[in-house]
Amino acid sequence: MAVTAREDTFPKLIALNAQIRPARTAFRHKDFGIWQSWNWHDVHENVRAFAAGLQTLGLKRGDKLAILGSNRPRLYWSMAAAQWLGAIPIPVYSDSVAEEIAYVLAHAEVTHAVVQDQEQVDKLLSVIDQLPTLVHILYDKERGLRDYDHTRLHAIDSLIEQGRELCRQDATSSAIEHELQSGSGADLAIILYTSGTTGRPKGVMLTHDNVVKAAEIGCSFDKLTDNDEILAYLPIAWVGDHIFSYAQGILAGFCVNCPESPETVVEDRREIGSTYVFAPPRIFENLLTLTMVRMEDASPLKRKMFRYFLDLANRVGEKILNGDADVSALDRILYGLGNALVYAPLRNRFGFTKIKVGYTAGEAIGPELFRFYRSIGVNLKQLYGQTEAAVYVTMHPDGEIRADTVGRPAPQIEIRIDENGEVLYRSPGVFVGYYKDDEKTAATKTSDGFVRSGDAGFFEPGGHLKIIDRAKDVGRLTDGSLFPPKYIENKLKFYANIKEAVAFGDHRNAVTCFINIDLVAVGNWAERHNITYASYQELAGHPLVYDMIARHVDEVNRSLSMEPGMGGAQIQRFLILHKELDADDGELTRTQKVRRGFIAERYAPLIVALYDGTRETDVSTEVTFEDGRKGTISAHVHIRDMKIYPVTPTPLENAA
Amino acid sequence: MRPFENPVIPQRETLLAVENVSLAFGGVKALTDVSFDIRKGEIRAIIGPNGAGKTSMLNCINGFYHPTHGSITFKGEKRRRMRPSAAARGGIARTFQNVALFKGMSTLDNIMTGRSLKMHKGFFWQMLRYGPALKEEAGHRRVVEDIIDFLEIQHIRRTPVGKLPYGLQKRVELGRALAMEPELLLLDEPMAGMNLEEKEDMSRFILDVNQHFGTTIALIEHDMGVVMDLSDRVVVLEYGRKIADGTPQEVKRDEKVVAAYLGVAH
Repeated sequence: MAVTAREDTFPKLIALNAQIRPARTAFRHKDFGIWQSWNWHDVHENVRAFAAGLQTLGLKRGDKLAILGSNRPRLYWSMAAAQWLGAIPIPVYSDSVAEEIAYVLAHAEVTHAVVQDQEQVDKLLSVIDQLPTLVHILYDKERGLRDYDHTRLHAIDSLIEQGRELCRQDATSSAIEHELQSGSGADLAIILYTSGTTGRPKGVMLTHDNVVKAAEIGCSFDKLTDNDEILAYLPIAWVGDHIFSYAQGILAGFCVNCPESPETVVEDRREIGSTYVFAPPRIFENLLTLTMVRMEDASPLKRKMFRYFLDLANRVGEKILNGDADVSALDRILYGLGNALVYAPLRNRFGFTKIKVGYTAGEAIGPELFRFYRSIGVNLKQLYGQTEAAVYVTMHPDGEIRADTVGRPAPQIEIRIDENGEVLYRSPGVFVGYYKDDEKTAATKTSDGFVRSGDAGFFEPGGHLKIIDRAKDVGRLTDGSLFPPKYIENKLKFYANIKEAVAFGDHRNAVTCFINIDLVAVGNWAERHNITYASYQELAGHPLVYDMIARHVDEVNRSLSMEPGMGGAQIQRFLILHKELDADDGELTRTQKVRRGFIAERYAPLIVALYDGTRETDVSTEVTFEDGRKGTISAHVHIRDMKIYPVTPTPLENAA
Repeated sequence: MRPFENPVIPQRETLLAVENVSLAFGGVKALTDVSFDIRKGEIRAIIGPNGAGKTSMLNCINGFYHPTHGSITFKGEKRRRMRPSAAARGGIARTFQNVALFKGMSTLDNIMTGRSLKMHKGFFWQMLRYGPALKEEAGHRRVVEDIIDFLEIQHIRRTPVGKLPYGLQKRVELGRALAMEPELLLLDEPMAGMNLEEKEDMSRFILDVNQHFGTTIALIEHDMGVVMDLSDRVVVLEYGRKIADGTPQEVKRDEKVVAAYLGVAH
């Protein structure tokens, strides 16, 4: 069943939902230990009242309203309420430090801000001098705010209540209705600031038409209906959450569940049993790591059973999920038994019992990880998307799932690859432009409406797109061999013990690498091997940890040597960094991608050491704490040399 | 648009008055002739070097020790001897220097125990967990969930507290004390053994409890920075005697206090 919008803006769609499925639960939020719920009738009523309330605070067509906080129903409603009045909601990454938030809010000339709690209010107040246009702040949670000056600070609930009162008067009621009807699909629906791996964030402008069309693509592709359930837990400022938890929820009329707190997501997903799941690879990775770590502590019998059935699943699970015929009857019976004993309980643990389709995107996912979930019966797929496309560029159709590609072009999307290997796409979801930045818009959008993705990739014979790296990041070593840093880093990150990796090598004679260990996995390993450590730094510098990581690097080198064109990119030397890379220090983006250039500058002495043959070196680094204070940590870092495997020379066709 | 800075504390009524209290264990004098008051709605800090008698003072206030001399007036009622249970019923709750939780019980259950004084249905009804008793329990659960939300410990609701890190255990203990909806909350070194971030969180919670629930708080703390930031007034004890009493600024300037903390040149 294809979902087609009969209304052209999200507030109108909400009004439609209130008519055709008033009693269907629209939002749930676990609060005070109980799932509180609102049906579409309630949501429509609340959003309308919210809009009326915002109007009394002077919000009008074309104004900008910033939203800061985690996934909570009232924050989603504030988007719809702003859109109702023709204002433009701008969700902001709430874990950003005050300065970053100030930049976005000032750039967007935000007049109103809707925030979650005192923490966010304080953050805004700390930079209020840089925000001359900001007039009103609204908050969801009152704790600690009671004694604040409330002339320009308001509780969302009391504003909605006030709006509800106003809507009882005919004049306001019809005025509000008029506002709703004056909106059209061509209006700006939202500005999403991309975290930007380089430079300042850019505001991607999307119209209602863009977002509705993009949401439709996904809804009809995966046959989403109002019976589906999704758990909203990814940053609301991220395009994925906006499409999955807001746009598609409203379009298909399914229920959006908001977790109690970021720490309870796994538990909450289990309670809800979401049917439609979206998660970046690292979330799937964390789930698996936690399970494996726990299994180490299980009784020998359970461990044996677990191993046996996981091996079986690894062998036949994916084939069964794909509906392949060449699986023996015995294996099928055993798989059924495994399902009862291991796979179903595992899926239940992960909260995937009722899952219809799960997506992973944002980063490449390890083939083993991908296969693991598929083999235990989770229909996990990959998609490739961008904020500029309102998500959808390519995705895996059912029955054509492969860990090493991002799938075929999504419906209504045209893709072409230009001569230097960059992927370009055109779709109804393609953005209008960057807010207040025509220069960058012109550089990204071609005259015929295609968008430069900035990613290098190629179509392989089967018609699937394969992304290798950011186009500008693909470099060359001095001997001319190809150096795709992300490709190497991803290979390393597929090991549970390695959390982050940063590869260097462009215009150099060899590839070298920084590595961050995963504290959970390596910490557990250390515990089992009676290795004591007091801090991340100490564990990271431990010789046995180095040995273990060296084994992983060695395996990566071997696999690189066997791949066409990648043999020259084997890692010659590596070191384990003395601190975890952190977005607060600017080393990662808010979506946890490494900012290679920045890291190279920040740790310049370490890079020098990697290339001048030194075996060990001292380094000290400034760190920023979450509240903005700074400190320094210093360490003695060792460097390991690796063995390079001989290469079978085959040229890589098509790639950058 | 800024929060009120340092609101002027009006001369509020006295909630608790300690008058000439002395406490001796045999020949050891823990407290000698100490007098001070705690006003409604304030955060009152009791500070002093190790062995100054701070915990003894708290123990006197909640009736665990009985002063050898002097009296304590709580809510206008003067008394010399009172059992801790009576103090609890009267609206005094406390946390302990060494966390005193039921290690094998979950966070939720631990905080629920804080409600036991407010349960009115008898043992028999509670055992049945039926009808009126169930309804009453639901009511209490609501209060407890409010506290769990307030202290942001939803994720450990079902975790046995023995498994929790120290900082979180302290928070659970604060939660249990709050569950009593006390008028006066006694905190014995709420931040002992915490790192900077945990201390900041705990300070935030203490301030929020004070503002949100209007709870009067008396706290013992060693971290001077915390004490100076949090409290409205400070009383300083040394060797069981009061050596200073006043606002943080006044106390900081007091020569005797400086001497007690930094030592004097001999």
